[in-house]
Amino acid sequence: MRNEMNVQFSALSENESFARITVAAFVAQLDPTMDELTEIKTVVSEAVTNAIIHGYEGNPAGTVYISVVLEDGVVDLIIRDEGIGMDDIEEAREPLFTTKPELERSGMGFTIMENFMDEIEVISHKGTGTIIRLKKQLANKKAMCN
Amino acid sequence: MSLAVELEVVDQVLCLRLAGELDHHTAESLREQASDAIEREGVRHIILNMGDLTFMDSSGLGVILGRYKHIKQKNGEMVVCAISPAVRRLFEMSGLFKIVRMEASEQEALERLGAACYEK
Repeated sequence: MRNEMNVQFSALSENESFARITVAAFVAQLDPTMDELTEIKTVVSEAVTNAIIHGYEGNPAGTVYISVVLEDGVVDLIIRDEGIGMDDIEEAREPLFTTKPELERSGMGFTIMENFMDEIEVISHKGTGTIIRLKKQLANKKAMCN
Repeated sequence: MSLAVELEVVDQVLCLRLAGELDHHTAESLREQASDAIEREGVRHIILNMGDLTFMDSSGLGVILGRYKHIKQKNGEMVVCAISPAVRRLFEMSGLFKIVRMEASEQEALERLGAACYEK
């Protein structure tokens, strides 16, 4: 069965918890472990925070888009913004790299996304925005697929 | 969901007890409250009690690192205690354990810092 959910909201920090809780509630139907749910909530938080702080540079007029597809025990997550985009994606993905150290950013967002998910794809263009696609196969569904 | 921050100063040690969710949205308030207390109370060391923290992401790492730098400038130390396996993973991933010590409980963290004071 394929099940899809889409949500969009203002680029406000208040919506970071809304975003991760909403995605977790949708994913819960696949009966993930607590660890898997924590990992998914964390990566949603990372990507949405990046969209708000870096993509829209704190401008609440921006909109963050999330799409989640559940199919064969795989969580396929897309977090998208129409913000400023990135010049150098590889540099942004380096551990501890941040363009905003003055805001006490740790530079660990991408590293966490890479560690907590099976696959990550980053598409970004200067002036058009950024798309982060993250995939994770849930452990309890693996046996059924094989 | 939000973050509750309880602050108490015990023998020049600032105990920060966090309950709830530490993300980008709630990090700013923690930063302000902690920095304010460090300056106002003449704090020497910091204990971060994360026993009631239900969620944390990289914004939490950023604000913790910021407070570490703040107390380090004053030749102080930071000790974290009661951290969950999830938060522990983030600490390990970022290498934060190289600069911040971990203790099981606030009491043990206090004793550790007390011992450190006697040595000096």
